[in-house]
Amino acid sequence: MQGFGVSINTEMNARIVNGDDWERNAAAAETSAREASVIARILGGERELFHELIRPYERGLYVAANSILQNEADAEDVAQESVIKAYKGLKSFRGDAKFSTWLMAITLNEARSRLRQTKGDQLDSLDDCAEDRGDYTPSVLADWRYIPSEQLERKELRQALQEAMARISPEQREVLILRDVQGMSITETAKATGLNEGLVKVRLFRARLSMQKLLVPQLALKQRGLMGWLTRKAGGR
Amino acid sequence: MKIDCKHVWSQVSEYIDGRVMQEEREAIERHLANCRHCSAVMDSTRNILVLVGDARTFEVPVGFGERLHKRLQQSMDVPEPDE
Repeated sequence: MQGFGVSINTEMNARIVNGDDWERNAAAAETSAREASVIARILGGERELFHELIRPYERGLYVAANSILQNEADAEDVAQESVIKAYKGLKSFRGDAKFSTWLMAITLNEARSRLRQTKGDQLDSLDDCAEDRGDYTPSVLADWRYIPSEQLERKELRQALQEAMARISPEQREVLILRDVQGMSITETAKATGLNEGLVKVRLFRARLSMQKLLVPQLALKQRGLMGWLTRKAGGR
Repeated sequence: MKIDCKHVWSQVSEYIDGRVMQEEREAIERHLANCRHCSAVMDSTRNILVLVGDARTFEVPVGFGERLHKRLQQSMDVPEPDE
């Protein structure tokens, strides 16, 4: 019987097969060394280099801030404030973590602080601090037709993904964004969020299954619609 | 090692990250080869994560970068008290 095997996407496959492989570690070490040298030059007076230092990370800062705040204007403001705070506090960066992790930690703190100002202390609810995976059941279906990334050109698919992300808890969302959108490792995610690695893994598990449960029923319907469209198109030729 | 569907679901995240031990990974793969429901759960979760991780899913507002660097520059142009 065909179709029961796990269809592995190349990008995810690389993550599965290699994990934190040596190539990634070597590239990360090279980036850290390059950034350490740039930071030394900035602190030595070449201040303008700070613009280039943060450029690779600025998009991620906005996405992470927005994942917490769920408000584009506030997320943009927080990303800007965080970058300025990082610039002013650059002397205190010791290199214990990657520069990108340090920058992200500043942004998450700023975003959480902004959220507390606007909505009160809603983060770190006691319920979600338990390192218990609970009884999370996925959406079980008999078959799944792979949705290629090209389909993201369709606004309705992007919207469905964004809406599902908005529906999971802020704690889960934060970890999912860092791990699966920013591509941080579990260790980096723990450092950026200030959580222990066990709790990061639990929140990630809950976040991933929640997304699956929310999205599979509606995406499966869309898949059927797309297949019908393709069949009609082929028949019309 | 024999496992059931619930066990597979509890390991979906770790399996996707390649963080399960070899014996358990092999047991999961044997289960997936014979269970179309769990196979679909694994495939759909992985597929959704690839879509979520795509840069097109979460876009930044138009002009975000320009505004950020402009504000940063303004802040850099103001001398620190000890400068």
